[in-house]
Amino acid sequence: MANLLSIVTFLPALAALILALFLRGGDAAADRNAKWLAMIATSATFVISLFILFQFDPANTGFQMVEEGSWIMGLKYKMGVDGISVLFVMLTTFMMPLTILASWGVKTRVKEYMIAFLLLETLMLGVFMALDLVLFYLFFEAGLIPMFLIIGIWGGKERIYASFKFFLYTFLGSVLMLVAIVAMYADAGTLDIPTLLTHEFSTAGFSVLGIHIVGGLQTMLWLAFFASFAVKMPMWPVHTWLPDAHVQAPTAGSVVLAAILLKMGGYGFLRFSLPMFPVGSEVLAPLVFWMSAIAIVYTSLVALVQEDMKKLIAYSSVAHMGYVTLGIFSANQQGVDGAIFQMISHGFVSGALFLCVGVIYDRMHTREIDAYGGLVNRMPAYALIFMFFTMANVGLPGTSGFIGEFLTMMGIFQVNTWVAAVAATGVILSAAYALWLYRRVVFGDLIKESLKTIQDMNTRERWTFAPLVVMTLWLGVYPAAALDIIGPSVEALVNHYDTAVAAADLGGSTVAEANH
Amino acid sequence: MISADLNTILPELLLSVYAMLALLGAVYTGKDKLAPALVWLTAAVMAILALWIGTAGSGTTAAFHGMFIDDAFSRFAKVVILVAAACVLVMGLGFMQKTKMLKFEYPVLVALSTVGMMVMVSSGDLMTLYMGLELMSLALYVVASLRRDSEMSTEAGLKYFVLGALSSGMLLYGASLTYGFAGTTLFSGIINAASEGHLSLGLLIGLVLMISGFSFKVSAVPFHMWTPDVYQGAPTPVTAFFATAPKVAAMALFARVMHDAFGGAVADWSQVVALIAVLSMFLGSIAAIGQTNIKRLMAYSSIAHMGYALIGLAAGTEAGVQAMLIYMVIYVTMNVGTFAFIMSMSKDGQPVTDIRALGMYSKREPGRALAMLVLLFSLAGVPPLLGFFAKLGVWQAAIAQDMVWLVVASAIASAIGAFYYLRIVFYMYFGEDREDALDAGGSPILWGFLAVSAFVMVAGVVNLFGIEGAAAAAAATLVN
Repeated sequence: MANLLSIVTFLPALAALILALFLRGGDAAADRNAKWLAMIATSATFVISLFILFQFDPANTGFQMVEEGSWIMGLKYKMGVDGISVLFVMLTTFMMPLTILASWGVKTRVKEYMIAFLLLETLMLGVFMALDLVLFYLFFEAGLIPMFLIIGIWGGKERIYASFKFFLYTFLGSVLMLVAIVAMYADAGTLDIPTLLTHEFSTAGFSVLGIHIVGGLQTMLWLAFFASFAVKMPMWPVHTWLPDAHVQAPTAGSVVLAAILLKMGGYGFLRFSLPMFPVGSEVLAPLVFWMSAIAIVYTSLVALVQEDMKKLIAYSSVAHMGYVTLGIFSANQQGVDGAIFQMISHGFVSGALFLCVGVIYDRMHTREIDAYGGLVNRMPAYALIFMFFTMANVGLPGTSGFIGEFLTMMGIFQVNTWVAAVAATGVILSAAYALWLYRRVVFGDLIKESLKTIQDMNTRERWTFAPLVVMTLWLGVYPAAALDIIGPSVEALVNHYDTAVAAADLGGSTVAEANH
Repeated sequence: MISADLNTILPELLLSVYAMLALLGAVYTGKDKLAPALVWLTAAVMAILALWIGTAGSGTTAAFHGMFIDDAFSRFAKVVILVAAACVLVMGLGFMQKTKMLKFEYPVLVALSTVGMMVMVSSGDLMTLYMGLELMSLALYVVASLRRDSEMSTEAGLKYFVLGALSSGMLLYGASLTYGFAGTTLFSGIINAASEGHLSLGLLIGLVLMISGFSFKVSAVPFHMWTPDVYQGAPTPVTAFFATAPKVAAMALFARVMHDAFGGAVADWSQVVALIAVLSMFLGSIAAIGQTNIKRLMAYSSIAHMGYALIGLAAGTEAGVQAMLIYMVIYVTMNVGTFAFIMSMSKDGQPVTDIRALGMYSKREPGRALAMLVLLFSLAGVPPLLGFFAKLGVWQAAIAQDMVWLVVASAIASAIGAFYYLRIVFYMYFGEDREDALDAGGSPILWGFLAVSAFVMVAGVVNLFGIEGAAAAAAATLVN
């Protein structure tokens, strides 16, 4: 199949179109058809996307399965995957059927709900495959529209505030990136990502308002991209939209947000910041390190005092993303490998945790931790699943969470021992809040009247979790399954980075000296 | 000789003759009873003319010693103007009938102002320019106050007339200065006098005054004051007309004069245009935030959009003109759809313009709300809708001329502007469910326009329906 990537990307959109045009009526039958069509479309997308994985040659560090065509206004339609993006594509196609399955209980506006999620899948896949800057921006930005609607329409009580905050935060960040994209086009004369990856942006320092900018243009471009990706990631201190969005979003919305949308920030760092502006990255890496270290400790502490389960998991996500940024900007093989691995693993684990919250939320309609306790008595299967993913979230060896955290810590330790030491305390804190949450929700005596009739997970829910358990265990026991795919591309990326940084001349001083 | 000249202006002639015949015929026969038929007929005549101009015309012909130019640029603008005018006429018919405003003069006046616009975009001389402009404006003043028994409408007409007269005065003064210092009113003569670096002070003042006059017509800051009041006061179909065809005509004329007459002194006017563009974008984006009347909101939106389109002109290149033309086409398409929606907003048969009345509209009319959602996001310039590509085009043109600051400013303005479009989405999708909901149903014609316009915003992403090539050809004839 020559257009494999396009087929995978646009299949969900096609299903959305069919839903929008041909599905009439608002009765139960129409709702059921909408669910099934969405389920079939996302599953088919996953099956077809497996061919991407089979065809993918890890040894080739360039872009593969590239599709190219001319488009309007001198732009190009260009898609392709490499070792860095292919697993994100797989993560997306893998998670989407599960989110549809998890939303089987949606009652209001089912058709629109499914359309929104199908469109979102197309846009997310496009982000990971686009090889033209404007095309990338287009997918990146357009994803805001369905997510805005998902939070705003199907969200909780404070959904309006959360949806506007989500939209405006990310939109403002992206506008700066768009300006940088236009500036890159002016400088390099192309929007082609593979070409830009080898383009050397100027590193000659200049002064703005009397401040000397080390790294010049690269540093400025890096900052503009950083504004967008740091918000998306999200990094401390621009993470505040995430807990609000998570808490208000419906369960499936939270799953998509945590499992896939957050990864766009990390993917952006790997695709643009690190290879295109290596000197800018090197100059500003200490900033990222300390922001990440603060994020890990601070958000872990904040997570400890949360009373809302979703908020707690949202803060834990921010902390875990802190490891990812540490890994990425340590810019060595272990660090970057670990960052990608951590993102994939976090996709499974945090997605599963939000699903766990969804399971009891569907029954009790509250996310207050205090409203629960002693669930193990009535819901043994649930207690087991929740335990498993809590452990994976903490980073227990044998689960995928451990590999990601360990590799990123190893990467950062080689670059900055102090930051590594601070980040390591986050591991302890994460155990504290995660286990305490588990203890309060699942263990203890079942004293609450309302919980005495609660039912354990039904078959649909069990099947939703099964693939996630398998993936978390498999990657935890045999991480090479993922690392073999990303390894060669990461190696090429790191080599490119090292060469560029070594070659850069920052006005007589090397980058390392300029940092001190 | 004269027959060749007449041949060149045949479309304008035909439309004028039609307008006069329609006027006479209606006066002596059924008067207002004929109005609906006349609306359809006028729209049909315009559509046929658009088709004819679009397919038959080729090459560049100058008639009347260069006073009237028929080239790819003018043909492009004329087709857009005619199609837009025809659409708005058909769209507004139901609304005018319902509110008992339909007079037989309405289609005739629209036809006459369209003739004015066609002359404007073809002008090769300051005289033709002024004739076309006034023909358009005088007809517009009258239609603005069509609802004679409404204070708002008459006020709108009067305001528009007084300020319009002022701008005409400035334009005329600029034109006379230009004539005085260039020694000719022909654009082809002025361009010789106004070559790069040799713009005499008189020519420069003439140029600036003329730019002021054009800015008034495109409602760019600081000559925008009339826009919100006129948009709000005029009957909605008339507002829809104001927001579409005359904007295209004025913008095309702006480009025509800048490139045909002052093409040798790009540096002299490009900064002025850039400044006007920045002011318009920011004012349009910020002032609309507090509006709850959707017509006023669209007035500010159009001010902002004119700012973005002017970026293309400010670039002063062929690519810039092309981007501007594409911008205008996309802008007109979005506005036709949006105004179709506004015309359908009614409660107990009375038109409603308060956006708060849209509370939870999406629940009752999911399809229409979705179409409107697409248009609003497109107006805000959110990818992947066509509105984003319109902006991207002008940005590319500006960046190629190293006008980075202009692009940065417009990016910031567009982020601010996104808020008020989003607010309408908010009312439609997440707002309070209202007791006094809008009337259901509505004319299928309006829904048709809304749906087509929204469809174009999505499907146009594939290849822009081929207008890119036509716009490129138009820009090439203008700039070279």
